[in-house]
Amino acid sequence: MSEVYIIGAGETKFGELWDKSLRDLAVEAGLEAIKEANIYSRDLQMLYASNSLAGTINEQSNIAALAADFSGIAETHVPAVRVEASTASGGAAVREAYLAIKSGEYDVVMVGGVEKMTDIYGSEIIDVQSSILDREWESFNGATPAALAAITARRYMHDFKVPREDLAMIAVNDHANASMNPDAQYRNKITVDQVLKSDPVAEPLNVFDCSPISDGASAIILASDEYRKKNRLDGIRIVSSAMSEDYLALHSRKSIYTLESARIAAKQAIDRAGIKKNDVSFLELNDSYSIYGLLELEDLGFAEKGKGNELLGEIKLGGSLPVNPSGGLKAKGNPLGATGVSQFYEAYLQLKGKAGQRQVKGARYGMLHNMAGTGATSVVHIVGE
Amino acid sequence: MGQLSRFWRESEHRYRLLGTRCENCGRVYFPPREVCPTCHRESIGKMKDLELSGEGVIESFTVVHEAPPRFSRQKPYVLALIKMEEGPMITGQIVDCDPSEVEIGKHVHAVFRRMGEDGDTGVIVYGYKFALD
Ligand SMILES: [Zn+2]
Repeated sequence: MSEVYIIGAGETKFGELWDKSLRDLAVEAGLEAIKEANIYSRDLQMLYASNSLAGTINEQSNIAALAADFSGIAETHVPAVRVEASTASGGAAVREAYLAIKSGEYDVVMVGGVEKMTDIYGSEIIDVQSSILDREWESFNGATPAALAAITARRYMHDFKVPREDLAMIAVNDHANASMNPDAQYRNKITVDQVLKSDPVAEPLNVFDCSPISDGASAIILASDEYRKKNRLDGIRIVSSAMSEDYLALHSRKSIYTLESARIAAKQAIDRAGIKKNDVSFLELNDSYSIYGLLELEDLGFAEKGKGNELLGEIKLGGSLPVNPSGGLKAKGNPLGATGVSQFYEAYLQLKGKAGQRQVKGARYGMLHNMAGTGATSVVHIVGE
Repeated sequence: MGQLSRFWRESEHRYRLLGTRCENCGRVYFPPREVCPTCHRESIGKMKDLELSGEGVIESFTVVHEAPPRFSRQKPYVLALIKMEEGPMITGQIVDCDPSEVEIGKHVHAVFRRMGEDGDTGVIVYGYKFALD
């Protein structure tokens, strides 16, 4: 089976991009990735489009055909399919592409993730976001993704005596890193005090604990080792890929503060990569809510349950385990279907030493975690030089 | 985005807190399941309806300030996970109290209340919420 490489990556700026449509964003990221890979769009053999909620938000389905068409490859008749795994769609799409190349079916494919969330207004978006939960037994009763993260946070803080400030540190770290990322939605640094004093969303979580509503797109080009060598292309390697599921609803899980899907996927990814967790140079976490940052440090295997906060001194750039050099979901932004793909964009820059001010020195391996909802799905990838 | 009318399908399970019990292992589930996640195929045909008592303990909770449109008139509201005495955990609101009275570990019981209304049809749907004992 062939090794799989990322030979190019592109993305749009993330944010409230009023002047750009769903298709504008998808095409912009895709063309940038193709240019960076030094191939032509007609070279692509397959397109995987990642998107979470366009059917509801933008009333547009058939995203893969739309993206292929407006990227100008309709007449090449390249197959295209949308991969949907809620907010883990990006990671899941990359995994499908990785497996397709591993299978020998394709040599060069694109994964493009896009979400255009600002096409609906006000609290309507909260209803749409809540559709990724169990609609009949969670959101019917008033649950939202933020509310369930808050319920997890309260019990976690209660059982392990974790100070509220420690959750805020995850958001503070994201903003510090995003201040060095030109694509980030928020480039301002924030303090723990600002997080604690921001407006409540679902107690104990405030606005600054929650990832924003974002528009954006990211795209990467994957190629087999043979294709890469034959065409003398440079790239980074996808070392391993793993995915795991859990109960959809938080109320059905064995523990409300253990991301079992993340724990299993991370263990499989580490085992398949044949590396030790100490070899990981940086993490890109799915910190859609600050509490998940702490839980992920634990469940991805870097701290014991309840002790994720012991790593808070090490997560900044220059620490022993830099977290979210991109700025993470909180500050780089969280355009759902694009989020998981954008983690690979960051990894591509980091492992090629092109991340500028936010470069992780001597980066060798990155672990990327993309998660759906409250932990129903986790996709973990390890990427390396 | 309301469309609450489609939730009528499950109305009996909502009105009576009707879950299922696996007769192979004895575990109780809510919401109802056709297959037991522990016993898999051994449970097929052995999942029997079981009406929950409605008694439970607060596992954790939040006070929701940012909510979808159909809950906007209830804001801020308390949403909790309730560990039912029969075993399963249920997501539901805690009502008829000040949010400051709600604590992890307090005992609650189910009550039946209006859930919200469908924006287009004005259909009102009822379901379970919880009150402090
Ligand atoms: Zn059973």
